[in-house]
Amino acid sequence: MADTLTKDQLLTAYRTMRTIREFEERVHKEFATGEIPGFVHLYAGEEASAAGVCLNLDERDTIASTHRGHGHCIAKGVDVGGMMAEIYGRTTGSCHGKGGSMHIADLSKGMLGANGIVGGGPPLICGTALAAKLKGTGGVSVAFFGDGGSNQGTTLESMNLASVWNLPAIFVAENNGYAESTASTWSVATDNIADRAGAFGMPGVIVDGFDFFAVHEAAREAVARAREGGGPTLIEMKFTRYFGHFEGDQQTYRAQEVAHARAELDCLTRFAAQVTADGSLSAADLAAVDGAVAILIDKAVAEAKAAPLPAPADLLTDVYVRY
Amino acid sequence: MPRNLTYREALNEALAQEMERDPSVIVMGEDNAGGEGAPGEDDAWGGVLGVTKGLYHKFPGRVLDTPISESAFIGAAIGAATAGLRPVAELMFVDFMGVCFDQIFNQAAKFRYMFGGKAVTPVVIRTMYGAGLRAAAQHSQALYPVFTHIPGLKVVVPATPYDAKGLLIAAIRDNDPVIFFEHKALYDLTGPVPEESYTLPFGEANVVREGSDVTIVTLGRMVHTSLAAADELAASGVSCEVVDLRTTSPLDEDTILESVENTGRLVVVDEATPRCSIATDISALAASRAFGALRAPIGMVTAPHTPVPFSAALEDQYIPDAQRIVNAVKSVAEWRR
Amino acid sequence: MTDSGITSVAMPKWGLSMRSGKITDWVVAEGDPVAPGDDLADIETEKITGTLEADSPGLVRRLIATVGEDVPVGAAIALIAPPDVPDAVLDDLASRARAVIDAGLPEDDGAGPVVETVEAGGRKVSYAGAGDSGDVVLLVHGYGGDRNSWLFLQEPLAARHRVYALDLPGHGTSAKDVGDGSVDLRADAVLGVLDAVGSDRAHLVGHSLGGAVVLAAAARSPGRIASLTLFAPAGFGPSISAGYVRGFAAAQTRRELKPLVGQLFADEQLVTRQVVDDLLAYKRLDGVDAALAALAETLLDGDEQRIDSAAAVRALGEVVPVTVVWGSADRIIPAEQASSVAAVAPGAAVRVIDGAGHMPHMERPAEAQAGAEETIARAA
Repeated sequence: MADTLTKDQLLTAYRTMRTIREFEERVHKEFATGEIPGFVHLYAGEEASAAGVCLNLDERDTIASTHRGHGHCIAKGVDVGGMMAEIYGRTTGSCHGKGGSMHIADLSKGMLGANGIVGGGPPLICGTALAAKLKGTGGVSVAFFGDGGSNQGTTLESMNLASVWNLPAIFVAENNGYAESTASTWSVATDNIADRAGAFGMPGVIVDGFDFFAVHEAAREAVARAREGGGPTLIEMKFTRYFGHFEGDQQTYRAQEVAHARAELDCLTRFAAQVTADGSLSAADLAAVDGAVAILIDKAVAEAKAAPLPAPADLLTDVYVRY
Repeated sequence: MPRNLTYREALNEALAQEMERDPSVIVMGEDNAGGEGAPGEDDAWGGVLGVTKGLYHKFPGRVLDTPISESAFIGAAIGAATAGLRPVAELMFVDFMGVCFDQIFNQAAKFRYMFGGKAVTPVVIRTMYGAGLRAAAQHSQALYPVFTHIPGLKVVVPATPYDAKGLLIAAIRDNDPVIFFEHKALYDLTGPVPEESYTLPFGEANVVREGSDVTIVTLGRMVHTSLAAADELAASGVSCEVVDLRTTSPLDEDTILESVENTGRLVVVDEATPRCSIATDISALAASRAFGALRAPIGMVTAPHTPVPFSAALEDQYIPDAQRIVNAVKSVAEWRR
Repeated sequence: MTDSGITSVAMPKWGLSMRSGKITDWVVAEGDPVAPGDDLADIETEKITGTLEADSPGLVRRLIATVGEDVPVGAAIALIAPPDVPDAVLDDLASRARAVIDAGLPEDDGAGPVVETVEAGGRKVSYAGAGDSGDVVLLVHGYGGDRNSWLFLQEPLAARHRVYALDLPGHGTSAKDVGDGSVDLRADAVLGVLDAVGSDRAHLVGHSLGGAVVLAAAARSPGRIASLTLFAPAGFGPSISAGYVRGFAAAQTRRELKPLVGQLFADEQLVTRQVVDDLLAYKRLDGVDAALAALAETLLDGDEQRIDSAAAVRALGEVVPVTVVWGSADRIIPAEQASSVAAVAPGAAVRVIDGAGHMPHMERPAEAQAGAEETIARAA
């Protein structure tokens, strides 16, 4: 599987996942100091999903994310420094400090935003897919949502609408086992979220979310189908998240599965093992990426901490284009 | 010389002219064409009360019928707006806002602000409001106060065919999300409407009748009821100035305050229910910014704090009528300390 | 006027679409003597308010219509007669006139004025006509106006002539595209309408910018022009209120527009809410503000007039009778420019209307009409 991707693509994939991992681990650490305001919801452990899907996308394509959005932002090319500054509420942030962790967006990169409302993204993605279809850009739109979001009416309506209108849309259910503190095995009535696909007139596929190459392949097929006018697909990633629902969550509802996942299933470890085993990349290649990412994250944090807060007048700006 | 059109025709013309002028304008909603997938005629309805009739054939591929999935298609209209289209989506009855309100008030209304000024969401959501057709509690509400309350939304409530066309064209050209309220009892109202395209600005109230004794501030269908009341009051020697708000967000505070400064007496007439309404909003504005000019307490004529009843006997009582307005104005005009 | 010397004063027809009017104030009372030109009553219509003037002398014997009631156009509202006419005769006439008013407005036959259009210079030009005999008279309004600017003149003139009023490009219901904004393009519209009505010899009446336009049309086709009546025409001097011209194009709200429109008149009371509303509705049509901005630059060179109408006048020679009418209180183009017209056209008649502003055809319609009639007569 590694040999269908070029060296550049493999490096990009690794860099994306590594950046997400280091970003989230660092935010986890910094949040504990009390300096970061509000809530953050960390994506560590799920990197392969964002990276594997987004490696198949280009500038024509749009994604929408969830409250657990840092990974998707990074995978879609949102500036890491801007993201960190936004999380710190600085005026240099992606959203000038007006949005915060749950609302990081960059429309110029086709990132329609993390979203504080569970199920808020899928209807919007039906819209961007409709626009792409009517304008003939060939673009596809991807809605990332969780196992919790998979039960939200908006998600179900959107899947139906995407099939009825034959939209170039992809629905990615990231089933990390928990919606807040509630197990998905309990809250999702079927064994798999992907089982719902047929009910909404689209193909469904289950993917090991820790396996970058499996994700990439499933996404490649779904993107091709959408671009060729074949309509939407539902992809269900199965994996787990390494941190709590939000930072501060004591996670007393969990067994000890995180330690096992980090040790045996981790997407970065597996990716590294595979590419070095078949010679696509060398250990030195990977180490170089690790080093560069470490520097990038350090820089982002240092700059974010030093950046100015928004001015009082910014409270009232940008409510409307023109009122 | 503008010819007479109905309110419905004026809206249809606005949509047709804008769709002609700007290929990014699309229309979507339940039965906006009608007959989708069915063996009979296409464009069977053109909207439940016919506002969008004819557009389906005139603009192929740009009038989309939807399943009954408000949050999906209202959300889709909003998403499409961020991606360069100018959708005009229909929320058939504003009473249905409950099933899609998140997309409107948490998504569309907040994108520009949350994303640091980097999003533009030029979506128009047309919706029917108002009582009087015996449509009962879940199809008759006047919920514009709820939308007016949300920063990031604009709220438009035209009272005449001329205003309807100009304000809808302006709404479609506006780069912010606009909620466009059409009173279901006004669709057959006729009035002069220019053939050419034109726009009316938001945030400009219209003094539809000049007067010197009492200011009546009102909107939508109540403008006509207020004018009828003003005619009756003139016969008893009370001269009313009637101000049609046209838009509640943005609000033309200057015209309201100027009028109250002149007359010193204010009655607000609003078909919506009384708590946290346009009536209380305007009253607070006048009380805080024109206090010195006021010579009497502010009067409010609204529906009661109840759902809309079905039976004609009750519904007719529910809706503010000219007599209640006359009584409120007289009471304010005659008030002495 | 009957044989017995009774003059029946009728509700006038101001504008082609007027169907009824309302007296807001009787200036005279029964028993007052009146001379021609005296104010009789203030009248309000859907479009405008104005003052009805007496056109013959006598004694006001009966006031028939009351303040505030709708009176159909043409219905008798007062009777003027010498003192020797018996009361019984007047009472009889008055009660019959009263019955006409009480019967109310006739059913709208939906006819209204017929608005025609013609393609002139590739652009749609609207015009409307009244009167079915006599010479063709074409009325051309000024900057920001339309064919309804002539509402006090068109019907009275139509008694003896075929009178047309057009909407210049960018105005009224004509196409809003004004091309390069030049006077020549506007002259195309004038000649196009003359072609459409089949006229090879017409009297042109132009106001302000319209005055320059009719001169341009005449210079292009002198053989087709029988006479020229110019109301405060543009192009006869450097002075002009540039603030008014540019301000009118730029104004976006009633608050901004009202004081500007007030500058057009000596008596600002003429600027009713309806007048301002109608102008605002016009300006809000697609393309109008852009058209006005383009025309403003046709009218202005910096803060002075750009147009030179003198050349057009000279080209006409003395063959065509010219009258120039100006209000002494004109705040847009000063009345002293009337003498510049006379200097270039020695045979021109000059009438200065004392106390009128830039719109003498609206403020002093009787004198304006007399000026036009007299010019038309000179051409015979």
